[in-house]
Amino acid sequence: MQTLTQSLANPTRFLALSARLLPWIAAASALVIAIGLGLVFTAPPDYQMGHTVKIMFVHVPAAWLSMFVYALIAVSSFGLLVFRHPLADVSAKAAAPLGAAFTFLALVTGMLWGKPMWGAFWVWDPRLTSVLLLFFLYLGLIALRSSIDEEALAAKLTATLSLVGIVILPVIKFSVDWNSLHQPASVMRLGAPTIHASLLWPLLVMAAGMTLLFAALHVKAMRNEILRRRVKALRAFAADAAGGLAGQAAG
Amino acid sequence: MTTAMDLGTHAAYVWASYAAVALVLVALVGWLVVDGHRQQRLIDALEGRGVRRRSQSTEPGSG
Repeated sequence: MQTLTQSLANPTRFLALSARLLPWIAAASALVIAIGLGLVFTAPPDYQMGHTVKIMFVHVPAAWLSMFVYALIAVSSFGLLVFRHPLADVSAKAAAPLGAAFTFLALVTGMLWGKPMWGAFWVWDPRLTSVLLLFFLYLGLIALRSSIDEEALAAKLTATLSLVGIVILPVIKFSVDWNSLHQPASVMRLGAPTIHASLLWPLLVMAAGMTLLFAALHVKAMRNEILRRRVKALRAFAADAAGGLAGQAAG
Repeated sequence: MTTAMDLGTHAAYVWASYAAVALVLVALVGWLVVDGHRQQRLIDALEGRGVRRRSQSTEPGSG
């Protein structure tokens, strides 16, 4: 009996299943984000940060996703290198630009929050610097892949780089303990969250909505990548067939 | 009177953050939708010329 992973290993089956699921995931993300925005703009101001705390509701989900997406790329890369799962490389390739976009958003919204709170858009703080390195790592993965024409070689090299680069995730996680201006974890920590419920719930709902949005974008990007590979295969097949016919005519 | 949209002295930073997020997410959605349509058009054009994948068990160039 096939496992779910094995049954999804067939790109055609993935396309059929994802076509049915994608509208539901997209609708769920829109609904949850709309509810989240309603909670965000009725949430009270923070007693220290005032209304700038509203930046947290987009900054923190973007930062969480920047790390989650990289972990997904690493797992997909492992699936490619060890299990040769047919969709593993499709998943890793599709996730890289999305991860770069969420990391970019974490950096930009962090800068826009930092200016009124710290008095500067940027400081060479361990947390900020390590997230900037994560952004460059994403760009490196995209650039490495696009610099190699042969699909299989590009997949293996980017998978190897992504597994090496996973060391950045614990560095980011623990960087707030290294003489950082950035506040320590207040939700994902041992013990109860230190953030008040009136701010915690909008944050969790926005995080759920943005994670659903990422899921929808990732499924769509995977579908596009499968179609792109089909175009490539059809062109190669057409070229082979044309070459064969030319050979027969010459013979 | 304060309203939900009255974000105090640092409102510009808050609105700029939400505008950046909206801009990037809309750009991502737009890019993926356009790219998906483009790939599907290319497949339709190739298949319209009779090119089929081996698994579709039709001879290439027969159309």
